[in-house]
Amino acid sequence: MEFSSARGRRRAARAGGRGRYPHSLQFYLAPPAESVSLAEFESFAVDRLRLLKVVENLGVKYLKGTDDYKSKLEYELRKLKFPFKALAEDDYDARRKDHISHFILRLAYCQSEDLRRWFIQQEMDLFRYRFNELSDSLVQQFLEYVNLLYEPISEEVKERLKDELLMSTPGLSAEKVKEQAFYKIPLQDAQDLIRVRRVLLNYGFALVPHQDMVVIILNNYRTKLSKALALTARSLPAVQSDERLQPLLNHLSHSYIGPDYSAQKNTGKISLEQIDTLSVKSYPICMRQLHKALRENHHLRHGGRMQYGLFLKGIGLTLEQALEFWKSEFIRGKIDADKFDKGYAYSIRHNYGKEGKRTDYTPFSCMKIILSNPPSQGDYHGCPFRHSDPELLKQKLQSYKISSTGISQILELVKGMHYQLACQKYFELTHDVDDIGFPLNHPNQYFVESQKLLNGDSPVYQFLPALSGIHGLKKGHLKEGKYHTLEMKTALCPLPQLPSSCL
Amino acid sequence: MAGFEPSALPELLPLYYRRLFPHGPYGRWLGYGGGECGAAGRAGAGERGPGRESGAGDPGTEPAAPPAVEKNYFARREFSFTLRDDIYVRYQSFEHPQDLEKELQKTCPYKVDIGAVYSHRPSQHNALRSGAFQAQEKELVFDIDMTDYDDVRGCCSSAEICSKCWTLMTIAIRVLDRALVEDLGVQHRLWVYSGRRGVHCWVCDDTVRKWSSSLRSSIVDYLSLVKGGADTVKKVNLSDPVHPFISKSLRLVEERFEEYALLGQDILGSRESWDKVLALVPEPLREQLQQDFPRKRDSVQRWARLKALVEKSRQSSSSSKKLPSYAEKEIMLQFCFPRLDGNVSKGLNHLLKSPFSVHPKTGRISVPIDVQRLDQFDPFAVPTISSLCRELDEANDADEDRDKENEEDPEPKRRVRDYKRTSLAPYVRVFERFVEDMERARRGELLRRSDLQGDF
Repeated sequence: MEFSSARGRRRAARAGGRGRYPHSLQFYLAPPAESVSLAEFESFAVDRLRLLKVVENLGVKYLKGTDDYKSKLEYELRKLKFPFKALAEDDYDARRKDHISHFILRLAYCQSEDLRRWFIQQEMDLFRYRFNELSDSLVQQFLEYVNLLYEPISEEVKERLKDELLMSTPGLSAEKVKEQAFYKIPLQDAQDLIRVRRVLLNYGFALVPHQDMVVIILNNYRTKLSKALALTARSLPAVQSDERLQPLLNHLSHSYIGPDYSAQKNTGKISLEQIDTLSVKSYPICMRQLHKALRENHHLRHGGRMQYGLFLKGIGLTLEQALEFWKSEFIRGKIDADKFDKGYAYSIRHNYGKEGKRTDYTPFSCMKIILSNPPSQGDYHGCPFRHSDPELLKQKLQSYKISSTGISQILELVKGMHYQLACQKYFELTHDVDDIGFPLNHPNQYFVESQKLLNGDSPVYQFLPALSGIHGLKKGHLKEGKYHTLEMKTALCPLPQLPSSCL
Repeated sequence: MAGFEPSALPELLPLYYRRLFPHGPYGRWLGYGGGECGAAGRAGAGERGPGRESGAGDPGTEPAAPPAVEKNYFARREFSFTLRDDIYVRYQSFEHPQDLEKELQKTCPYKVDIGAVYSHRPSQHNALRSGAFQAQEKELVFDIDMTDYDDVRGCCSSAEICSKCWTLMTIAIRVLDRALVEDLGVQHRLWVYSGRRGVHCWVCDDTVRKWSSSLRSSIVDYLSLVKGGADTVKKVNLSDPVHPFISKSLRLVEERFEEYALLGQDILGSRESWDKVLALVPEPLREQLQQDFPRKRDSVQRWARLKALVEKSRQSSSSSKKLPSYAEKEIMLQFCFPRLDGNVSKGLNHLLKSPFSVHPKTGRISVPIDVQRLDQFDPFAVPTISSLCRELDEANDADEDRDKENEEDPEPKRRVRDYKRTSLAPYVRVFERFVEDMERARRGELLRRSDLQGDF
C-alpha cells in the first residue's frame, strides 16, 4: 500500500497541500492558481478524459452503485492516479491532478450543449461514486465545507405531515419517518427529486429525508457545474486565441462522441427515390417509424420534423431535396403548397442554418432523443425502445420480422433501461452480425454503419473515423509554443468569479 | 359564434385596441411595479416618467422604497405580433406600457404574444453580440390544449370543443391550481381561456419568474402523469406508494368522473368503447370484466363492477406477492388528468398568446377565468370581437338618444371606460382583481423590507 509507507512524506504533503485540498472531494469552485507545464496540462487532460470515458462505459455495462461498478471504477481511479480513497491523506498529487484536470476539460467541453451534457453527466456519476464512498463524519465535514447545511423541520410539522411524508418516498417505513430528520429544501435545490416525484412538496419547499440528501448535494453540484460551464463558454474566445491550447482543446472535445454527423461530407449523395428502400434497410427503428408515419399521415408534428429532418440532413439530403421531400409529402395531406411554404419551409431552412440565428443544427444523438422532449399524443418521435409500451414494441419488432428469441433479448435490455444496447441488438439481428464491436450512440451512426455493411468495401458514405472513443486520442497534439509553462490562472480563469450568492 | 367573420378583423381591431383592450391594468401587470414608486402610478396610463424615483411633491404616496423589479423591466420584455396574412414579427419591445398601447392601436395585430424578459431590450437584439442577449425572466406558463385529449374524448376532435369536453379543462384547472398553491407555494396565478380550445395559466410571483428552465422542466415532470404518444396504450402507471400529489389530484378527478366520463362521455357504453378502457386493466381481471360487462345496464354499473374487482384484487395482492394494480385510478387519470404541453412551460423564451388578445379564427377574446367561479365559466359565452363592437355601438346609440334628451350638457361623463359598457366588463374585473392582489402583496413586501431596515 503506497500510502501506508513514508510517514514523513505524508506529513510534508499535509503541510503543503492540506490547506489547499482539505477534502478528497470538492465542488471545483476555485480554479487552480499555479503554473503548469504544457506536458502536464496535456497528460492531465488526457487522463481525465480517459477516466470519464470509463465512467460512461461502466454506467452502460453495470448498474450504477453495484459492487462490480464500484470495484471497476476504483481500479481505474487508482490506475490513473486520481483520488480514490476518501481517507488517504497523502494524496496531494492526486487531488491536485483531480482539480487541474477537471478545469482543463471544462474548457474543452463547454463549447456546445451536447458536449456540456456529456461532461456534466460523467462528472456527476464520478462525483456520486466518490461521495457515496465517504463515511458519515466525512459527509458532515464536507457539507460544512461547501456550506450546504439545511434547516430540519420541527417534530410538530413532521407529526402533522407524517402520512404524506411516508407516501412520498418509496421504501420509507413509518419508523424511518420517525427516526430520520427531514430538511426543508428550496425547490431549485431539490430538482432531481421533484422531477421523479420522490419527495413531498409543501407550500414551496421540498421536505427531504436525511437518506436522500445525496441527491440534493448532487443537484447542487450539477447546478454549479452547469453555470460554470456557461460562464467558461462565454470567455472561451480568449483561451482559444492561444495557439498552444486551441488544437488540444478541440481534439479533446471531439474524442468523446466522435463525429457529430452534420452533413458536409456526403451531401447530395442520396436521391429522394432511394429513401423508402433505405428506410427499411438502414434506418434505425426510431427513424423508420417516423418515416412510416410521415408517409401514412402526410404530416409530422414539430418534434418529429426536427428529429427526422436533421437525420435526413445528416445522411446527406441537401436543403433543396429536403424542401422537396417534405413538401411533396405534406401537400398530399391537409396542407396546401402555399401553407407549406408559409408555415413549414421556414423551419426546414432553419435546420439548415439559413434562418434565424443561422446555426447549422446537428442531428440528434441517441442520448438527446432518449433524454429530452418525450413524445406525447400524436407524436412519432423519440426512441421506440424508451418511449413505447413493451407490448407495442414487441408487435412492431414482430412486424419487422425479428425472431422471437431476438425480441425477448431486446425486451430484456429495454427492461433494464439499456435502450442503446437494445438498439444495438436490433442492428445486429437485422444485419446478421454477432457483435458490431462499437457502442451505438447516434441514429446517423447506425445508418452509416449499416450502409458500410450492406455495401461491402465500397461504402456510399465516406465518414470520419468511426467512434474509437478515446483511442484515437494520442498525446502530442500540442503545437510547440514559445513557452513551456502556462499560467493556470490566465488560462483557466479569465472569467469573473461567481458571486458568492450563487455558490 | 355570434356571426364572427375573420375578414372583418381589419375593421374591428382598431376599435378594439382603441376602446376595449384594458391597457391600464395590462400595463400595471407587466410593469410589475418597475416604473413606479410605492403604490403610486396606479392611475394606469398616466404620464408619470419612470425616472421619477421618489414621490416628491405627491403627498399621497408612500415613502420611497426600492422598486420590486428593475426600472426597465417592462422595456426588456418581448412582445410578438401576428399581422395580416400570418406575418409574424418577433422581438418587439416598448419603453413604457403607453408605448405598447400606441403601437397596438397603430398596427392592430391579429394576435399578440408575450415572451420573456431579456437581458437587453429585445428591439435591439440584432445590435448585440450573439450570446449576450439572454432570456432572464418569465412567468411560469402552462398551456393545455384540448387536441391533446383526442384519444380519450368521444364527443369532438382536434379544434372543436363542446360543453361536455370542456369539463376536462375545468378538471385540469382545479388539479393544477391546487398543486401550484399547496405544493409549489405560489400565489399569483392568472388563468386564461385561449379563445378556442384550451386554457393558459400565468404564474407571476416574483420568485417564480426567476426560475431557471431546468427547475421549470422538473416542475413540469412533477405535474405530468400522462406519458407517451400514439404508441403507448397505457399512459398512466402508478406504483406503490402513491405520491400525495397524485392522490390529491385523484380526489379532484373522482368528484367529476361519474358525471363527465360515465354519463357524459359514456366511456363504457358500448363494446367498442369499453374495449379501450379494458386495455388498461391487467390480464386476469380483463377477461372477467369482458364477461361481466354485457350483463350490466350502463356505464355507471360497469364502472362500479370494474372498481370493485380491481380493489378486491389489490387487497388480496398484499397477502400474495403480486404487485398491486391501480387500474381504476390509472383509468381515471388517463381519461381526465391534465395534459400539459410541456415545452411551453419549460423554456424561458417560449411565446404564449397574451390575455385579451383576439383569437384570429374564432374572434373570441382570450379572457381571464375566475377560478373561484370556475363552474360558471362558459367558453361559448365568451364575447367575440364582433359582439363587443356591436355592443359598443348599441351603447353609443343609447347615449346619443339620451344626449338628445338633455341637450344642454353634451358629453357629460363620457369617462366611463368603454369596456365597462360591454360584456367584456366582468372579465376585466377578474383581471383587475388579479393585478390588485399582486400590487397589494408587493406593497406588503416593500413595507416588510423597510421595516427590516428600520430595525437598525
